[in-house]
Amino acid sequence: MTILQMIFYLFSAVAIASALFVVASNNPVRGALSLVLTFFAMAGVWLLLHAEFLALILVLVYVGAVMTLFLFVVMMLRVNVLSAREGFVRYLPFAVLLALIIIGLTIIAVGPKQFGLTSMPAPAAEVAGYNNLADLGMVLYTQYAYPFEISAVLLLTAIVAAISLTHRLPTRRKNQIVSKQIAVKRADRVKLIAMPSVKKINLSDKPSEAGEPS
Amino acid sequence: MISLSDFLIVAAILFGIGIAGIIINRKNIIVLLMSIELMLLAVNTNFIAFSYFLGNNVGQLFVFFILTVAAAEAAIGLAIMMVLFRKSGTIEVNKLDLLKG
Repeated sequence: MTILQMIFYLFSAVAIASALFVVASNNPVRGALSLVLTFFAMAGVWLLLHAEFLALILVLVYVGAVMTLFLFVVMMLRVNVLSAREGFVRYLPFAVLLALIIIGLTIIAVGPKQFGLTSMPAPAAEVAGYNNLADLGMVLYTQYAYPFEISAVLLLTAIVAAISLTHRLPTRRKNQIVSKQIAVKRADRVKLIAMPSVKKINLSDKPSEAGEPS
Repeated sequence: MISLSDFLIVAAILFGIGIAGIIINRKNIIVLLMSIELMLLAVNTNFIAFSYFLGNNVGQLFVFFILTVAAAEAAIGLAIMMVLFRKSGTIEVNKLDLLKG
């Protein structure tokens, strides 16, 4: 077992274990954090595949932006942790069965007989001075420039959609409503109360009515 | 040396875990979205593995676009979930029967 294989199996084991924890944990915050661990481990696997740029993009964009957004939303919502277990046991056999069927069929389809080292040998090492980023950029900005622009527009659309979905007019903030200010009548604000002028009022007994005269 | 089938098998296991997560979770949309992210990660790993072993970098380019679309999907999905939580006060999958489906 070479050292590359040891690194690969280590990263794969970490990725699969933390992916299982994502699915099985009943606390969404812990699930999101272990999904971050999965992304880190798979970034290591991608580095073994000589995709350095995409591995770093995975860490930067996914761990840095998308998972931060997930954690932000998870912490903003009041999720009932205790009720998250309901139905887990009921659907567990079905889910395990389906996952095993899918994994087994895929392993039969892409197993060592089809894509082993004999039928698909490892490519030769890159020449000295090979640059993954420059290599990708040469294709991205020439042949695939149009899809690149489309994906940029797609991101802009996503920004507009997300903001317009979640933005709402302020409800708890105290701001001016000019039309109501103009339309106010004297009777809405001023109320004349007849009081006996000789009765003595003890001011220290009523501290709560200091602000708003009704 | 690591063979291509090793990478594909790891990706298949991740994909299976993602599908199991979608089936298991009847309580929390957030975990459902995270399972979708897991499945996308598995698909991306397949793309990169084939790209490396076939010596063709268009696969890596496709992963780039998939990451873009997945980021947009996550942002819009979480925004929809926020609106849903404001309207109904819950994000449990069982209770989302507003459309009587």
